Amino acid sequence: MKVWQKPGFWLPLVIVLVWGGAVLLIHQDTMRESAFVLLMAVGLASSLNILLGYTGYVSFGHIVFFGLGGYTGFYLLSEQGWPLFASAIGGGLLSAFIAGLVGLAVLRLRGAYFALATIGINEAARAFVSNFEPYGGATGMFVNFSAYQKYGGPGPALWTTFTFLWITTMVVLVASYLVKHSRFGLGLLAIREDEDAAMVMGVKAPKAKTITYVISAFFPGVIGTLYFFKNGNIEPGDAFQLHMSIEMLVMVMLGGMGTVMGPLVGAVGYQWLRGYLLTSPIFKDLHLAVAGAMLLVIILFVPAGLVGWVRNHVQRLQKVLE
Amino acid sequence: MLDQLISSLTDGLLLGFVYGVAAMGLTLIWGVMSVINLAHGPVIAMGMFGTYLLFTHLGVNPYLAMVPVAGAGLIAGLVIYVIAVHRVINAPHLSSLLATFAVNMIIIGVGTAVFSTSPQNINYSLGSVEVGFLTFPASRLVGAFGAILVTACLYLFLYFTRAGKAIRAVANNRMAAELMGIPSSRVLALSFGLGTMMAAVAGGLIATFFPFTVLSGGPYELKSFVICVLGGLGHPLGALVGGLMLGGLEGLIPTFMPVSWVPVVEFGLFVLVLLVRPSGLFGAK
Amino acid sequence: MILQVYDLTKRFGGLQALSDVTFDLHTGEILGLIGPNGAGKTTLFNVINGVYTPERGRVSFRGEDITGLPSYDVARLGLARTHQVVRPLHELTVRENVMVGACYGREKHSLKEARRLADGSLDKVGLLDRGDQPSGSLNVSQKKRLELARALAARPYLLLLDEVLAGLNPSEIASMMDTVRAIREDGISILMIEHVMQAIMSISDRILVLDYGTLIATGAPEEVANNPQVIEAYLGDPNMTARLLAE
Ligand SMILES: Nc1ncnc2c1ncn2[C@@H]1O[C@H](COP(=O)(O)OP(=O)(O)OP(=O)(O)O)[C@@H](O)[C@H]1O
Ligand SMILES: [Mg+2]
Repeated sequence: MKVWQKPGFWLPLVIVLVWGGAVLLIHQDTMRESAFVLLMAVGLASSLNILLGYTGYVSFGHIVFFGLGGYTGFYLLSEQGWPLFASAIGGGLLSAFIAGLVGLAVLRLRGAYFALATIGINEAARAFVSNFEPYGGATGMFVNFSAYQKYGGPGPALWTTFTFLWITTMVVLVASYLVKHSRFGLGLLAIREDEDAAMVMGVKAPKAKTITYVISAFFPGVIGTLYFFKNGNIEPGDAFQLHMSIEMLVMVMLGGMGTVMGPLVGAVGYQWLRGYLLTSPIFKDLHLAVAGAMLLVIILFVPAGLVGWVRNHVQRLQKVLE
Repeated sequence: MLDQLISSLTDGLLLGFVYGVAAMGLTLIWGVMSVINLAHGPVIAMGMFGTYLLFTHLGVNPYLAMVPVAGAGLIAGLVIYVIAVHRVINAPHLSSLLATFAVNMIIIGVGTAVFSTSPQNINYSLGSVEVGFLTFPASRLVGAFGAILVTACLYLFLYFTRAGKAIRAVANNRMAAELMGIPSSRVLALSFGLGTMMAAVAGGLIATFFPFTVLSGGPYELKSFVICVLGGLGHPLGALVGGLMLGGLEGLIPTFMPVSWVPVVEFGLFVLVLLVRPSGLFGAK
Repeated sequence: MILQVYDLTKRFGGLQALSDVTFDLHTGEILGLIGPNGAGKTTLFNVINGVYTPERGRVSFRGEDITGLPSYDVARLGLARTHQVVRPLHELTVRENVMVGACYGREKHSLKEARRLADGSLDKVGLLDRGDQPSGSLNVSQKKRLELARALAARPYLLLLDEVLAGLNPSEIASMMDTVRAIREDGISILMIEHVMQAIMSISDRILVLDYGTLIATGAPEEVANNPQVIEAYLGDPNMTARLLAE
C-alpha cells in the first residue's frame, strides 16, 4: 500500500487541515490567536517527537532551535527586509545547520548526559544571544514596521503568518509520518530500542542520529520566526525558555511518544488543560501545581501516553492511530 | 587592578563553597541512582523560605534555623522519593526527568500561590570582615564555613556509619548490594533525602547573602548541573571543587569582560567538559 | 579464507581478555569456539565485529582489513552475529526486528523487499507465525531464534553465533542444530561459541579452544577433546566439569 492509501497518514493531516481551514474561513482574530498557539504547540511537539520518539534521545533544551531560528528569521525579516517565507526558511536552515554542527558531538552522549548537554547548549545560546549586538543584545529586536506593509498592514500580515504556520504544521506531521515509516525510520527505532545492537545489525547510528537531529531542529526554527514576527518583538528571555522546552516534552509524553498522532493529541490536550486551569476560579492560583500533579500521574501510570495506551488496548485502532 | 582581582576572586570562592553544597545534593542523588533531580531548584527555594520564615516570624537565628530546615529537607526528599521517583527508578531517563520535573511544578505552583513571586530577604547582618585590603560580608565567611562543615558531616556519615556505607555500596553496584542483603529501596530513599537536605541547607545559606523569590532556585539548579559536570557527576567532593571553580570563574571573568559573558563561558565550558571528559575534570577517564 | 585473525590482543583495564589470538576460518567451514566461562570468547566476537577496538593485532575479512572499523561497517560487509544475552528490539514486532537486519545488512534492501526477506528468515527458524507479535513478548528460546533470523536476514557471508544452544531443551537443541547445518548448506561460513560439548563436537569441522584469553588448542574435534591442556583447562573449572558430567 502506498502512503496516501493509509488512514494513519491522513488522520492527523485532515484534522489540522480542516481546523486551520475553518479558522481561515471564519476569519476571527481571537480564534486565530488561540489556534496559533495550539498549532505552534503541535508543530513543536511533533518536531521534538521526531528525535525523542523515534531515536529515544531526550533533547531537554530543544527550544534552543526555536530561539536561534526565530532570532535569525526575525533578523532577516526585520533588518534585512527578506520576505516572511524566505526568512522563516532561513531561520529553519540556521537551526538545522547548528544542529548538524553540534549533533555529531553531543549525540555521542547517551541518556541523561545527552539531556544535560542540551540544557547547557540552550543556556549557552541564550547567554550568547544576550551579548550579540546584531541581534539587539539583552533587549532584543522590534519588528521593522515596513515588514508589515508587504502584507497589507499588521492585520493581514497576521493572517499570512497564521497560514504559514498552518502549512508548516502539516508539513511537520507529514515528515513525522514519512520518517517513521521509512527504511531510515526503522533504523531509528532500532537505535531507540538498543543502539549497540542496531549498530551490530548495520545501522549507522551516528549519521542517522545527526540527520534526525537536523530534521527535528529545522521546523522549530521556522516556527520560531513565524511566532516572533506575530509578536512583533523578540528577546532572549522569550526565545530560550527552558520551561517551554519541557512543556514540549510533556506534550509528547502526554500524547504518546513515538507516534505521529501523539504529539497532536498531547499538544492540544495540554494547552486545553492549561487554559482551563488558568481560567478556573478553583485552580487559577494553583494551576502549575495541578498541572504538575497530572503530569506525575501520567508518567507513573500511563507512560505510553494517551495514543500509546489506546493503541495497546484497542487492536483495531492500531492502523488508524499511527 | 590586582587588588580588585584578588577581592573579586575571594568573593567568588567564598560563594563557591555554598554552590558546592547545592551541587553536592544533586551529585549524590545521581551517583546513587542515576536520576537527575529536576526538583532541585525548588527545594533550594524551600530552604530559603524555611530559613526566612523561622527568622522573620519566630525570630530564630538564621544559622540555627538551618537545623530544622535540614530536617524538613530530609523528610521532603523521602516523600518525593516515595511518591514520584521510586516507580520510575528503573524506567528510561525521560521518566525520572519528567517525574522530578512534575514535582518541581508542584512545589513552584504551591509556593507561588502562598508566597507570590515578590522578593524577600533575611534582614540579618553580621557586619563585614576586613583582611588586609579585602573587605567582605561576614555572612560569606560563615557561609563558607557552614559549607565545609556540611561536607565534612556528609563524608563522616558516608564513611563511618552503617547507613552511609550502605549508600556507598548501593551507589557502587545496586544489584550486588541487594544480594548482600542491603534493603536498596530504603537506601535509595535515604540518599534522595540527603540530597534534598543538602539543597535545602544550601538554599538557607544563600538566603543569608541575597534577596530571593520562589523562583530563585532555578539558576542555582543550573549552576549545580555545571558544577556536577566539572567535578564529575556522582562525586560529592568533586562537587565542592567544582563549586569553587565556578565561584572562582564568576569572580574572575568580570574583571576581563562584561558580566553578561559569565553564563556564556560557564555553559560553554559545561558542554565542552561533558563532551571531552564526561567523568569530570578530575574523574578517572 | 574468509576470516583471518592475527595476533589479536584486548585489555579491559588490568584484565588481559585476549592475548595474541591468531587463527583462520576457511570459506564454508563451521569453526567451533570453546573455553571455560570468562575465557574471552564473547570478547573475541566483539573485537572481530568492531564493537571493541583491539590494542593490537589485525582482523581481515574476505581479504579486507577490518580492524577498528565500527560495527555497522563490518555488518555491511557481510558479517552478522547473534548475542549471547539476547537483545531483541523490544517495542518492535518480530518481523520488524528481522527487517532491520535485512535493510541494513549486506544487501541494503528497501522496506518492501526486507519484509519478504524477513518472512523467509523467520520461516527458516520457525518463527513465521509470530511475526506480528512484539519481540519483547517472546520466550528465551524464541528470542534466541529471533537473534538468528535477524542475522540471517542480513544475508551475511560469515555468521558469528554466540551460544545459540544455551538454555534450550534437548529437542530445541536438535532443531537448532538442523537450522545451523541448513545455514551452512546455503554457503554461509560459521564461527560458533558453544558450551554444549556434544553438539559443538558433532557439528564443527574444527575447534578453537580459548583459556584466559589465550588460544590453547586448534584442530579437529577428536584431537581437541584428547588434548591434555584442554582437559586441564576444563577440569580447572568446576562449572564445566559438572556440565561435562551431565552430558
Ligand atoms: N566490557 C567489559 N569491561 C570489562 N571487562 C569485561 C568486559 N567484557 C568482558 N569483560 C571481562 O573479560 C573476560 C572475558 O569475558 P567474555 O565475556 O569474553 O567471556 P566468555 O568466554 O564469553 O565467557 P562466557 O562463557 O561466560 O560467556 C571476563 O573476565 C569478563 O569479565
Ligand atoms: Mg560469552
